[in-house]
Amino acid sequence: MVDQESKAKIMFLCKTAPYGTIYEQEAIEAMIMFSAYEQDISVAFIGDGVLSLKKGQNPSLINIKNFTQTYLVIVDDFEVSHLYVEKESLEERGMKEEDLLTEVEVLKRADLISRIDEMKVILPF
Amino acid sequence: MLNIVKKSPYETSSLSSCLKYIKKGDVILFTEDGIYAVKKGGMFEKHVSDASQTCSIYYLSPDTEARGIKSDEIISLAKPVDYQGFVDLAIDSPKSITW
Repeated sequence: MVDQESKAKIMFLCKTAPYGTIYEQEAIEAMIMFSAYEQDISVAFIGDGVLSLKKGQNPSLINIKNFTQTYLVIVDDFEVSHLYVEKESLEERGMKEEDLLTEVEVLKRADLISRIDEMKVILPF
Repeated sequence: MLNIVKKSPYETSSLSSCLKYIKKGDVILFTEDGIYAVKKGGMFEKHVSDASQTCSIYYLSPDTEARGIKSDEIISLAKPVDYQGFVDLAIDSPKSITW
């Protein structure tokens, strides 16, 4: 068991839409791997990354597995401590918090920048 | 001319390049991550609606549905096509550009 103080603060910074590239899928795989090391993991969705959390996706229509369902369990099962979504990115895309498939913490850009600043490692996808 | 926009307008210049080159009577088809351009309430609603004055606007519905965007969340001037419709548009246009 790793004690709270010695845990490294790690943030996954998800910036891309879910199916046009493989980035989001790779991000989820890396999150699952990292969760085995009992570190303090946060995931932040900015830019097109917020589109990954949209409700009602059905990528079987384009022959892709719905890997975004993983976000429904990531906080409980993979010990991710925070899911952040940037408010400005949602608004630019005509989305609201109710459009998202799981509970998240919606932060203004300025607040998210200070969270990012607290991290030891940032992994952009 | 069939113009195919398949990259996210928020992340790339795919849509803005397309809009600079369209002319009267052209067709614009949004596919893959390009479909985020026709979502209601998004930043590109106005751009697409301006283009619809001179061009016909289509989107590939399997790509919107896959991404959780229902038909009532799409600007009404854009018309849905399925894969067969995509083929028909390609046949109807002598040339195409993928942006």
